[in-house]
Amino acid sequence: MWEFILERYNYWIVITLMMTGLYIVFSRGNLVKTIIGLNVFQTSVFIFYITIGKIAGGTAPILMGGHGGGHDGQGDHTSATHGADAAHDVSVKPTLDDLRAGSDAAEAAGEVEAHSHNDLAAAMKGVEQQPAYETQSLHSLPDMAQAAQGNSILADPGEAAEAVLTPRDQGLHDMPEAGLGADGHETLGHEAVTSVTDAAAHAADIIYTNPLPHVLILTAIVVGVATTAVGLALAVRIQEAYGTIEEDELEAEDYEAEFGERLAGSEAR
Amino acid sequence: MIHFPGLEHLPALPVIIPLIAAPFTIVMRPGRTPWLWATLVSWVTFACTLLLLEVVWHGGPTEYKMGGWAAPLGITYYIDLANALVMMLVAAMAAVVFPYAYFSVKSEIARAQSPAFYTAMIICLTGLLGVAATGDAFNVFVFLEISSLSTYALVAMGARRDRRALTAAFNYLVMGTIGATFYVIGLGLLYQATGTLNMLDLHERLAGQDNKVVEAGFAFIVTGIGLKLAMVPLHLWLPNAYGFAPSAVTAFLAATATKVQIYLMVRFIYTVFGFEFPFLEVALNAFLILGIVGMFYASFVAVFRDNVKQMLAYSSVAQIGYMLLGISFGTVDGLTASFVHIFNHALIKAALFMGVGCVVLRIGSSQLTAFRGLARRMPWTTWALVLSGLSLIGVPPTVGFISKFKLMEAAFQTTTLIPPLLVVLLIGASSLLAAVYVGRLIYTMVLEQPPENAPAIKEAPHAMRVALWIMVIANIYFFFFTDLTVGVATQAAEALMCSQAGCGGAY
Repeated sequence: MWEFILERYNYWIVITLMMTGLYIVFSRGNLVKTIIGLNVFQTSVFIFYITIGKIAGGTAPILMGGHGGGHDGQGDHTSATHGADAAHDVSVKPTLDDLRAGSDAAEAAGEVEAHSHNDLAAAMKGVEQQPAYETQSLHSLPDMAQAAQGNSILADPGEAAEAVLTPRDQGLHDMPEAGLGADGHETLGHEAVTSVTDAAAHAADIIYTNPLPHVLILTAIVVGVATTAVGLALAVRIQEAYGTIEEDELEAEDYEAEFGERLAGSEAR
Repeated sequence: MIHFPGLEHLPALPVIIPLIAAPFTIVMRPGRTPWLWATLVSWVTFACTLLLLEVVWHGGPTEYKMGGWAAPLGITYYIDLANALVMMLVAAMAAVVFPYAYFSVKSEIARAQSPAFYTAMIICLTGLLGVAATGDAFNVFVFLEISSLSTYALVAMGARRDRRALTAAFNYLVMGTIGATFYVIGLGLLYQATGTLNMLDLHERLAGQDNKVVEAGFAFIVTGIGLKLAMVPLHLWLPNAYGFAPSAVTAFLAATATKVQIYLMVRFIYTVFGFEFPFLEVALNAFLILGIVGMFYASFVAVFRDNVKQMLAYSSVAQIGYMLLGISFGTVDGLTASFVHIFNHALIKAALFMGVGCVVLRIGSSQLTAFRGLARRMPWTTWALVLSGLSLIGVPPTVGFISKFKLMEAAFQTTTLIPPLLVVLLIGASSLLAAVYVGRLIYTMVLEQPPENAPAIKEAPHAMRVALWIMVIANIYFFFFTDLTVGVATQAAEALMCSQAGCGGAY
């Protein structure tokens, strides 16, 4: 019982903050305090989203093991090829990355033989970026697409392989299924299949936190900041117009304005 | 059809055009330029949505992948008839209200603020169209807040006439933000249970799931949207926000904002959750009760309001009750009635608030006393108000009658908590309440004498009168020609229902 409660401490933090925020919004008469209460309330949601995405022991979705920049390009290149194969429109971005991939591939060639790392975070991010998380190095550019397909098959047998080989749209629908756990938490389908160097082996062991909720919350934070700004600006204007930001005083004045208006038959200035 | 270059981007254009146009507006010289620009933008957007509706009507649902990223990983705009109708409606209201706005805004808003005003209007339009267009549930939140934030600013701009606009805007901001945050919490729970944010994908993955997480998510989302659409116990922000906002803003918001939220509610209930979702029945029963309570409570309050804008705002809350009632039946007919009423009520309320705006411009007040003997002083405006008022009650030959007729027809064929006949009688009874408050307005305008020593006033400017009468004529036109409203609404409702329940009912 206690264990059950304690191991969900993150949700308790969320709920406590949420209720605190809502209580402040409803109980405080001062407009600025109301806005701050609203802020606390929103912050609880931010933490909620972050806690959904976080995986114990997981790290930020940054490629580890020393094969930084180039692989993004490679990943996008392979997907761009898939896109073309599937006779779908290839957006500008992969095409640009395409060019980058060429030079990066040349640089990385010979460093690592072939090594693959596949996870849900990547799948959620976007199919074009999905292979971006595969660390791989290829000797020659023309082989790239083929090799990438091979890697994916090895990395995630089953649906992911199918997904890569089928046309892009189909693949998109299949992809997340491969990595989704039934309890709603993401189980990362990451398997290192072939690792030649130690660095590659190290990279394969890394568990990535699901980045999507974090990205969503970045958006929500921007919205929250905008709301706070508008709210505080309104509080300033109310202070200018009424000379107070206490809600009961405002209500009294508004009531008087309405009552007076009814008697005088003209609008309040 | 002629093939325009860039037509493949059509589903995104109604959202993109105002979004790109908005920043230019703020740097324009105060005065006429921002208004001309906003009008142009609204017309172009309207043309796009009309074309889109045409494409969807004849070609079936269309999907647009933002930036070429396919669903469910990318954001897609999935446009079927329901979205296309709502988008067309929103853009049409903008295309009529924006030209109308010039004189009204000139008198109600400081000249220096006019670029900011039209910027906020265009951003609001973007947000509303975005909510309707997008097929991604988180994207909905972003557009919801885009439209809401601009709305708070727009409502607050009424402060020049009456400082209570500021407190109204503040309350709206607090309630609106709580609503939006509830929506995000619900979405977080759904994401936790499914791992996706795409609406169609959510539906697939929610199928067969019936656990506390999904139920809590459902409850949060319905409450959040309920706050935004002013469902009855959550409606408190609306009357003051509509009552004290500048007239043009009220006309635009009353015709569009809550309609888009109703659409969103329908989208979530029928597309995302669907009939297999066991918890749905609870929500539909709640809508039934709240809809009926709203119809009566808000109409009743409206009878006693002396500020005509507030009276009509309460009437809006009551009309939302009708729409919720239509949704709660859980049948194709009920949903059709809701969509038809979304469309018709937008026409009615736009016309009424535009008429009130004309009165505010010339007499300077929206109190009922200002309307005394208006028929002699501003005949055009008065008769426009009378006709759209009759439409609100539901008198033929106006669109209000079509709405009520469809709703009653749908009510007869349902088996809900409350016996169908009683529901029909209740709809009729609440229409009588509408007749009371509209009758009060009509009586004051037509039968009372203008006050002694009342200064002679001119009729409203041509631009405003033309826009007003376009709406009034639309109110009558769509009584006789219901292809666009009933036709599209029926197909949209069928599409929404058929995808899940084999064209059957909910119960």
